[in-house]
Amino acid sequence: MKPAVFSYLRPTNLQEALTFLEEYGEDAKILSGGQSLIPTMNMRLSAPAYLIDISRISDLNYIKLDGDFLAVGALTKHKDIENSDLVKDACPLLSEAIRWVGHTQIRNRGTVGGSIAHGDPSAELPCVLTALRGEIVIANVDGSEEVLVPEEFFLTYMLTSLQPEQMVKEVRFPIIPQESGSAFVEVARRHGDFGLAEVAAVLDIDNEGHLLNVKIAVGGVNPTPIALEQVEEYLIGKKLTDEVLRQVSDLTQESVDPESDLHGTAEYRRELAGTLTVRALKIAVERARGGEKNV
Amino acid sequence: MSNKVQVGISINGKKVQKQVESRLLLTDFIRDECNLTGTHLGCEHGVCGACTILLDNEPVRGCLMFAVQADGCEIQTVESLNHVDGTLNVLQQSFSDNHALQCGFCTPGFLMTLTHFLKDNQNPTENEIREAISGNLCRCTGYANIIKAVQQASQILQKENSNCSVVSAQ
Ligand SMILES: Cc1cc2nc3c(=O)[nH]c(=O)nc-3n(C[C@H](O)[C@H](O)[C@H](O)COP(=O)(O)OP(=O)(O)OC[C@H]3O[C@@H](n4cnc5c(N)ncnc54)[C@H](O)[C@@H]3O)c2cc1C
Ligand code: FES
Ligand code: FES
Repeated sequence: MKPAVFSYLRPTNLQEALTFLEEYGEDAKILSGGQSLIPTMNMRLSAPAYLIDISRISDLNYIKLDGDFLAVGALTKHKDIENSDLVKDACPLLSEAIRWVGHTQIRNRGTVGGSIAHGDPSAELPCVLTALRGEIVIANVDGSEEVLVPEEFFLTYMLTSLQPEQMVKEVRFPIIPQESGSAFVEVARRHGDFGLAEVAAVLDIDNEGHLLNVKIAVGGVNPTPIALEQVEEYLIGKKLTDEVLRQVSDLTQESVDPESDLHGTAEYRRELAGTLTVRALKIAVERARGGEKNV
Repeated sequence: MSNKVQVGISINGKKVQKQVESRLLLTDFIRDECNLTGTHLGCEHGVCGACTILLDNEPVRGCLMFAVQADGCEIQTVESLNHVDGTLNVLQQSFSDNHALQCGFCTPGFLMTLTHFLKDNQNPTENEIREAISGNLCRCTGYANIIKAVQQASQILQKENSNCSVVSAQ
């Protein structure tokens, strides 16, 4: 048996899960879809004394509209996002991005809450959430809740601000208006692998093709996904000319700080971030013009 | 607190009840506790797909689940595929006809992934097939013959299905 010994707990509601967390806190780990946690346990990089399996808390599994947001329960599986017409309609960017998460077999088990709590800088959902300026709802043991924005939540590589006795309860993706255009682009060595770099973009254009309300984030090139605020500001009121796109690529490359690894050098990743930002913008503008809307 | 848990899982239509360690992986449960050694283990961290099984009719990694998580669920392994008389089903026969395996280590995972895929998609394009098997690694075949096998199987299944609908339309 590969993983170290642990005691298994299976709460049936949120309060019960939080009570277990209060009791075992540092010694416990939440088990959701297990698609990131179990590999680390199999490799003995992680050996929690208690596993709190939250996968049967069925009221944390939902996708619904809530004001300006698409509210997604932490236990919603990737495949449910992928198959949801509501998501396609309200947040096509999320539908487009989710297909890049691992393979079918992974998406059948992995959850939205797990993806966010895991805090992998090259994961797709954190990048989408950062681009859209979404929210993360956190449940505390005393029944209170906190709502954090991505910059507050994602601290660095695989580290979030989540405390041992807290849980991610809901992830809130802003609804994308019908007239906006959005795009998610990624380069991975093999379909289903984590991206070397990825970009999520959403924008509006006026009748003359000037850009408005541009939001862009890039993942895989910094310790957390980052919003490209400089690029966003630069683009407001501009048209996507070749000169503007060159400038976008330069600004993007200045904003990122990638590292070299086995899969690609820092220089390559930096350039890739620039190229993908340009690519995402072009597609998003095309879609805002009324080209192919749904992904 | 005890590290033992009681699990009840239906495997290939047969209910299995056991007391196991909570850290027992579902794959080890299937292989060691149920003696169903068709499910293979390659990487044991979710990358190779050799351990793919159907859990409540959906393909999942057996190595990324504890047996206790499957408590109350239904599982199908590669042993569920052949006909009762022992002959191969359409997909298995297509693998055999097209030389879609060499050492065969990866084959159970491919078959389970594709069993689900062909249920939803009876007329897949080559690209769709490629994407469907992107989560399964084969170190021997180079995939070309696997793709051919899926194409053959889908054609046969399509024909069988259209015959059925003709019959049911009458
Ligand atoms: C081969 C392979 C390829 C993959 N490729 C990708 C990819 O391309 N992109 C991608 O984004 N992901 C990828 N993944 C990871 C996968 O998407 C996971 O589903 C996801 O990162 C974690 O979700 P989970 O529900 O499985 O979480 P788990 O593995 O159960 O948990 C992950 C971590 O989050 C904590 N946690 C889980 N839920 C909560 C919660 N509600 N509140 C607080 N803490 C919680 C756990 O304690 C643990 O630390 C891949 C995985 C594999 C095995
Ligand atoms: S053994 Fe499970 S994916 Fe490799
Ligand atoms: S046939 Fe040998 S690994 Fe696929």
